[in-house]
Amino acid sequence: MNQAATPNSFRSGPDEDGRFGIYGGRFVAETLMPLILDLQDEWEKAKTDPEFQAELASLGTHYIGRPSPLYFAERLTEELGGAKIYFKREELNHTGSHKINNCIGQILLAKRMGKTRIIAETGAGQHGVASATVAARFGLPCIVYMGATDVERQAPNVFRMRLLGAEVVPVTAGSGTLKDAMNEALRDWVTNVDDTYYLIGTAAGPHPYPEMVRDFQAVIGTEARQQILEAEGRLPDVVIAAVGGGSNAIGIFHPFLDDPSVKIVGVEAGGKGLQGEEHCASITAGSPGVLHGNRTYLLQDGDGQIKEGHSISAGLDYPGIGPEHSWLADTGRAEYVPIMDHEALEAFQTLTRLEGIIPALEPSHALAEVIKRAPKMGKDEIILMNLSGRGDKDIFTVAKILGMEM
Amino acid sequence: MTTRMDNRFAALKAEGRPALITYFMGGDPDFDTSLAIMKALPGAGADVIELGMPFSDPMADGPAIQLAGQRALKAGQTLAKTLELAKLFRQTDNETPIVLMGYYNPIYIYGVEKFLDDALACGIDGLIVVDLPAEMDDELCIPALEKGINFIRLATPTTDDKRLPKVLKNSSGFVYYVSMNGITGSALPDPSLVSGAVNRIKSHTDLPVCVGFGVKTADHAKAIGAAADGVVVGTAIVAQVAGSLTKDGAATGDTVSAVATFVRGLATGVHAARLVAAE
Repeated sequence: MNQAATPNSFRSGPDEDGRFGIYGGRFVAETLMPLILDLQDEWEKAKTDPEFQAELASLGTHYIGRPSPLYFAERLTEELGGAKIYFKREELNHTGSHKINNCIGQILLAKRMGKTRIIAETGAGQHGVASATVAARFGLPCIVYMGATDVERQAPNVFRMRLLGAEVVPVTAGSGTLKDAMNEALRDWVTNVDDTYYLIGTAAGPHPYPEMVRDFQAVIGTEARQQILEAEGRLPDVVIAAVGGGSNAIGIFHPFLDDPSVKIVGVEAGGKGLQGEEHCASITAGSPGVLHGNRTYLLQDGDGQIKEGHSISAGLDYPGIGPEHSWLADTGRAEYVPIMDHEALEAFQTLTRLEGIIPALEPSHALAEVIKRAPKMGKDEIILMNLSGRGDKDIFTVAKILGMEM
Repeated sequence: MTTRMDNRFAALKAEGRPALITYFMGGDPDFDTSLAIMKALPGAGADVIELGMPFSDPMADGPAIQLAGQRALKAGQTLAKTLELAKLFRQTDNETPIVLMGYYNPIYIYGVEKFLDDALACGIDGLIVVDLPAEMDDELCIPALEKGINFIRLATPTTDDKRLPKVLKNSSGFVYYVSMNGITGSALPDPSLVSGAVNRIKSHTDLPVCVGFGVKTADHAKAIGAAADGVVVGTAIVAQVAGSLTKDGAATGDTVSAVATFVRGLATGVHAARLVAAE
């Protein structure tokens, strides 16, 4: 592992070249360079524009339903017999996940920039649905690239996107999953540079996307920090979130990074185990490389060819991770651990029965880690977990695995 | 800098015609066939060879080159083997410049220093790395220039006059003007627009300006060659390879000759280009 020097603040990145330590950057074709420089200019202006911030906040309140509640999971806490467990209820947002926070922010930017066409990539379809939703809300045409394999296994979300007026383009190139969808979206962008805005769904890609998406998602951690202080009068001992590309995780982590007493834990998809190829644990089992515009931990072979990941959760099924997570791992500020498919599935069922909340399979990974940790912690300690999405979309997958008739 | 590139462009200038720059994918459909293709290119009229390094995620390439890369990877091609192709080619041809073209990650994983040393030893004259814009020059461009390997930069229609000096600053060998916004293998743009763009770039640099993306026939090559110092053809050549394969993707007796015949046709177009310009 590349050991980086401990910085004065963990919240000051990226630098002006879009780097978090050695990670991040702008590894894109020349055709796109002027576009991402324009986007960066516009983002810099928007960040300090009170009108932009006011519109963002207003849509947050009235359209998304913010702030999302902080919920004390009393029965789960009792059952585990250790630390008090709190959920940040991002699954209660409009469209059912944290994805909408970023989409609202970016569509306001697209509008500011005079763009008239939205493109997006999606894996499980949550970001695709959120993109199609904001595109409908702002009256812009939306094209969603989705791997052909994912189109098949996420049929309900494909239907939702089409209902919302988006065009869903199945991508057959490569292996037909999220990374191929992202390649295809980049190909579209490179071809339609004048009118098109690329709405990336996670805190990855070329600078300024990782920073911008993080800032739009940091509302999660900012609210949660204040809510837990109100509820408990102190900060949590551990903050836990699932990490695919890592936008829900960086969103809840970032406001806590400079609180040294708060342990930060990212949960990667361990799939069927780290020994074989069927997992998506980029940090735990991958190595630094360059893909999709940034340097970050990737699943790759010895020749630098990118491997296919596997996870029970399509939303974590990506062979990379946002660059800021790679940096947080190297500096030791955050810890990244794998959770296997079967552990996530068990956690999914536990929460459903104990708390009456059906979580998405992505945060079920974080939950499995909570279930491991809480019993080993004292009753006066606190775990905060990002419950980033609801599980309605996953009931078909779960039914199939459990051998249940729908 | 290696001298093959400058020598070749100087000779072509003296001859009064543009260069024909041919791209093919290393290892497509297999190592031996792609070596035979490479060896056949100069005789068929290629002045500069672009040797494609396959990558699993070619974000700026259209379907034809994506599939070529997949065929090569499936046949076991690696960056080390692509360098080996160049080394074997150099045993019989020490004049034709070779430019490696691809994406950064395989080079980064190979190790930049080791890659540059090995590339020099294998007779490589230049690099085109699609996902390394000028902002990323410290990664590979500067180290390559220090070792004497040309770093050839892409300029595109989105590269405006304000940005051009930055793009050209550490460029050497030639400038590759991508004639349209898009992926490889798209339609040919209007030659008159191309001519204007080439002149715009030439007002900023003395390097030869070569044009690619969308050139598929001898007539295209002739039209584009009239305006530029070189014509780059890639997708159409890769399509010749694809068209000659068995349905399982294996080479046939026609694979090498299909490419050679096609390149000979392009060469005819390129050789006629300046006659057009002089009319």
